[in-house]
Parts: sequence; structure tokens; C-alpha cells
Amino acid sequence: MDFGALFGSLDNFLSFTMGGLVFGAVYALIALGYTMVYGVLQLINFAHSEVFMYGTFAVAWMFIFLHGTESVTWSLGKAAPILVAALVGAMLLSAAIALLLERFAYRPLIRKGAPKLIALISAIGASFALAEAMGLRDRFADKLGLSDNLENYVAPGKARDVFSNPVTIQPKGLFEVGGYTVSDVDLVILAACFIMMIALDTFVRRTRFGRGIRAVAQDPETAALMGVNSGRVVQVTFLIGGLMAGAAATLYMMKIGSTRQNAGFILGVKAFTAAVMGGIGNLRGALVGGLLLGVMENWGSAVFGSEWKDVVAFVLLVLILLVRPSGILGESLGKARA
Amino acid sequence: MIRSKKTMRGFAALAGMAVLSLTAACGGGDDTGSDDSGDSGSAASELCGKNLAFLGALTGDAGALGQNMVGGIKLALQEHNDENADCQIELKEFDSQGSPDKAPALATQIINDDTIFGLIGPGFSGESLATGKTFFEAGLPSISPSATNVTITQQGWTTWHRVIGNDDAQGTADAKYLTDTAGATKVFVVDDGQDYSKGLAGTVKEALGSAMIDEDQISVGDTNMSAVVQAVKSSGADAVFYGGYYTEAGLLAKQLRQGGFTGTFMSGDGSQDPNFVKVAGAQAANDAVLSAPAGPAPADFAASGLYATQAYDATNIFLAAIEDGASDGESINEFIGSYSGDGVSGPISFDENGDIEESKIYAYFVKDGTMDVDNPEVIE
Repeated sequence: MDFGALFGSLDNFLSFTMGGLVFGAVYALIALGYTMVYGVLQLINFAHSEVFMYGTFAVAWMFIFLHGTESVTWSLGKAAPILVAALVGAMLLSAAIALLLERFAYRPLIRKGAPKLIALISAIGASFALAEAMGLRDRFADKLGLSDNLENYVAPGKARDVFSNPVTIQPKGLFEVGGYTVSDVDLVILAACFIMMIALDTFVRRTRFGRGIRAVAQDPETAALMGVNSGRVVQVTFLIGGLMAGAAATLYMMKIGSTRQNAGFILGVKAFTAAVMGGIGNLRGALVGGLLLGVMENWGSAVFGSEWKDVVAFVLLVLILLVRPSGILGESLGKARA
Repeated sequence: MIRSKKTMRGFAALAGMAVLSLTAACGGGDDTGSDDSGDSGSAASELCGKNLAFLGALTGDAGALGQNMVGGIKLALQEHNDENADCQIELKEFDSQGSPDKAPALATQIINDDTIFGLIGPGFSGESLATGKTFFEAGLPSISPSATNVTITQQGWTTWHRVIGNDDAQGTADAKYLTDTAGATKVFVVDDGQDYSKGLAGTVKEALGSAMIDEDQISVGDTNMSAVVQAVKSSGADAVFYGGYYTEAGLLAKQLRQGGFTGTFMSGDGSQDPNFVKVAGAQAANDAVLSAPAGPAPADFAASGLYATQAYDATNIFLAAIEDGASDGESINEFIGSYSGDGVSGPISFDENGDIEESKIYAYFVKDGTMDVDNPEVIE
């Protein structure tokens, strides 16, 4: 144990904290997908991690499509135009995957009144199917006779291997906070996370459709009697979760730059944890949980060594749930007041 | 050898099978060679018309490495078969995908096939440890071109040999490179906790002694290295050694450089892959040093890829045994044990455990955004 590593100097403390906040922002955006679906359906959508993973591939594909495969290092400003296109592409692909999940893995089960546990198994199955399909994308291309055309996108024979964006985005230091240099990439990630979070919160609390979401979350049957189309509400919930996952994927690729067919798994577990920590079903809880988890991981790494960071983060989760069983903010989507 | 993807977590095992030889006769070797009702008739040896087996990854995450090895084996067999029309040797390939779970069933197939008199492989350490006992008890001699875990040759499997230096040799050489060539005095050592990685990083730490300033351990699949980067920076390290594979190595190199680290970045053969440069990005990967117990192939060598030369050499040892008149597993094993010769990968002879006696460790460099695979430096 080395508390000096963390608290020995303000520089160190701020560096560990900032690094954690940036990653926590990504957790928070993925956590939104879990929390929205849970709020409306009381169901954990375990396939949401794959929705995110497909988004990360969409980002890399968009860069390959618009730039090519030549490995280059660009500043954030130079990469910005393609990054915006990649954001759109990732949000569209992630949203499409989320809608397909809703259509084929959930709706038939919910229609038939299947127990929640069955839908959970269906989600886990869909998660494996999606991840493996990405790992076998070279075979699909082969079957379709498109191997030559899509070579750069499917990585024949290496589809399960790590897949990198040819454009490396070089962060530029903007200003210092107590010795820690905040880079433009860090700033964009944090700002994007807060802006999206506020926009979504406003949408749910202030708009007519948001009221529908809250109504279905509170009481689906009564909501239906009041004229809310609950099927549509469920669809839109999945759509929003997918859009946010696509945005998270873009921010993640901006910072990390590479992905693989199983990249969603660990991040999905972390994001789900963040959602539970903040209070599942609660949008602001997802933000609080994500940021807290990211920071705790880095603090845990600093004090105990990196191999202990998950232990620290999950012990913290257990402690929080012991004191506040419904999470830090604890309130469900349905109870949010307009 | 490096590469274990997550499925082969162990990696360690590879090395063991091969050598054995000097003294011991392995038990029960008859199924490998004494049955000479062979098809090709009256050739010089009873083994003519029979087969060598290859066991390793031909598909899956690490399939490319196995394909490299098969390329080397086929080249050697083709040269032999062209010259010896009356003694044709063919290759039977067994695809384990590098998995210690899949290899044992294939090992059983191999020992029950009377036409197989020797094995090139297994490719990786994990599958070597999982199958070593089977091959040893059947008396099937084997030479691995690529399994480097130290413990494989400590199992007493006298039929198991390898034509590649083990992880101890590499770790010691890596530490030497860092302190002597790179001039580092404060080395920060990171690994990913897997068998191969801990083994290699452990040897490096030991060899570094007081030149190691601190250590840390990440997990496979980690992408956020900011805590490690900060620990490295605040330790004042002038070099980082990473034991593990190219994905995490690339992410670590990238985030270290972006965090302002300017010292030497070095990793082992697990990271010696073009994907290291892709993950790190050209700029961050530049000047990285990646060691491997395998040198580049000679310019006129007709096969290509990492481990192709080792597989070619291993095959030629079996072919030399046939020429020498070996007729069964036992006599082949004896021949391998006393073998001494120059292969395309370097001088080859085996110690009593089956380890190669003299191995060179090479340092490969990333320059101008690509890994320069043709001009490594030998670490003396």
C-alpha cells in the first residue's frame, strides 16, 4: 500500500483523478443504455456492451473509408471533420443494433409475457451472437464474395485480433491544473459527456415523449390507458441507449484508438457497475456512478497497484450498496419529477 | 514464442517437448516407426513413405504463426522429396488453434496414427504442457519451433525438444540490453499477469537487480493505462519494460508517449507483431525495442514469417535422422539428442533437457512507423 503515490503530491493526485474522470465519462455514457432500459422495462440489457462495441468498429471503419489505411498521427483539429462523420456513423450503427436487439431479442418475449429471467438469458445469448459475428466478419465477407473489396474493414484471417484506427489522434496540452496538463482530447470527452447527459435529462424531464417514458416506467398499464404507446416508448428507449453508446464509442476511439470483437465485455461490466452504483434507472446516477468508478479505479491503482484496481472499485460498490441499497442517487427513472 | 491469445493463456508450456534425448529411451516408441509395411517400397529407411505431424494453431487468433511454421516444414520436405524420389515424407497437419483445451484430443490422434514417426510442435507453451505427457508416454519424438516457456523442459519428458531459446534466455538478454545498450538506470517493469508475461518480466526483474525502480501489473483487456503512466512518470524511470502481448503493449506505449514519457520502451516477443505499431500509432511506436528469440530468415530462404526458419530446421533434423538410418521413435530420439549442426536459424544442439544449447536473442526496432524485421541487432 502506498498512499504516498496518490496523496504525496498535488500533481499526482490530480493526474490520477483526471485520468479517471475521462474514462469515467465513457463509462457513464455506456451506463445510460443500461439505466434507460432498466428504468422502463426493469430488465438488464446485457447485450448493450455489444451495441457499444459495434460503435467502436464503426468509428475505425469510417476513418478507413474517408482516410485510407495509411498510419498517420493527426491533431484533434485535423481529425475533427472525419471524427464528426465517425460520430454519426457510430451513433447510427449502434442505434440500429440496439433496435434490432429490441425487435428480435426482447419484443417477442415481452409480447408473450415471458418472465424477466428469460429476457435476461435472451440478452446474454444476443450478446455472444453479436460479439462472435463481429469476430467472424471475415467469413461473412468471404461468403458474400466481398473479401477483396472489404479487406481493409474485415481483416481477413485476423478478424478476432485487435483492430486499430489508422489515424492516431495526438492530444495537445491546453492548460495545467495543479501540474496536470489537461489535453484537448480529455476536455472534449468530458464536455461531450456532460452535454449529452444534460440534453438527455432535459428530454426525459421536459418533453412530451419524455413524459411518456416516465409514465411507462412508473406503470405500463396505466400509461397505456392514458394513451401512451408503450411499444413505441420501449423502442425509443433502446434507440436512445444505442445513440449514447455510439457517442461513447467515438469518444473511446478518440482516446484509445483500437478495439476488438470482445472489447465491449469489460467496458460493459464496468458501465453496468456504474449504473448500479449511481442508482439503476436514474440518469444522473449513471453520470455520478461512471465518474466515481473511473476515479476510484485510478486511485485504487495508485495506492495498491494496478492489479488491485478492480478489487478496490468493486469493494466500493459493495460498501455503497450496503449503505444505500438503491445506489447513490437511488431514484428510479419513473419517479423523476417534471 | 509468444503469442498466446487469450485462449492460450499459458503459453508457457511450449517448450518442453522436444528434446530429451541423450540418454533416455522413451518408453513405448514402437508405434512411431517400426511398422514398415510402408507404401513406398524398398527405400533406404523404413520410415520412407511415412509422415511427420504438425500440431499447432492454423486457424484462430494465432493462426498466422502456425501457417508460418507449416510453410517452413513444407519447404524442408519439398527439398527432401525432390532429392529422394524413393523416400517421400509427407506432412499431416493438426490444427489446435493454439488452445491447450483442443490439443490433447489431437495428440491422441497423432500417437494412434502408425504412419506418424515424429512431431514438429506443439506451437505454443500451453498446448505443449497439456500434451507433453501423452507424447512422452507414446515415445513420439518432437521438436517445437516456438514454445518458449521455461517449465516445459523441466518436466522430464525426454522426447521433447525445442530449437528456440526459452524465456529465461530472453529475459536475461532484455535486461542486459536495457542497462548496457540503452544505458537505463531506472527501469519500470510492467506485466499482464499471464504465465508467459510474468515469467519473462520476472526474469527481467531478477537480471536488472537494483536497476529496477518499480513494478506494476495490468490485466489483459485493460485499455485505460493512465494510472500506470502516472506511476511511471512519478517514479522518474528512464526505461519501461513490458512483459505481455502486443495489444496492451501498444496501448501502454501510446499512452506513455502521450503522457510525455521519453525513455526507452521495450517488450518481448509477445509484442513483436505488426499490430503493436498499429495499436500504438506510428509516432508513439517509433524507437520501441522488441526482443525475440528468432532472427530474420536468410535472404534466399523461400518461406517467410516468424518461426518459419525454426520449423524448417526442426524438419531437417528429422530428415537427417532418417538418412542416418533411424528406424523408430527411440532411435530418432537418440539421434536428435546427439544432433549438432547449423540450421538457417543458427547453430543447433540440445542439452539433456531438450533445450537448445546456444540461442541468440534479437532486438527489433520500430523505425519510421514500421517494425524493421530485416535488421535486428543480436543482443550479446
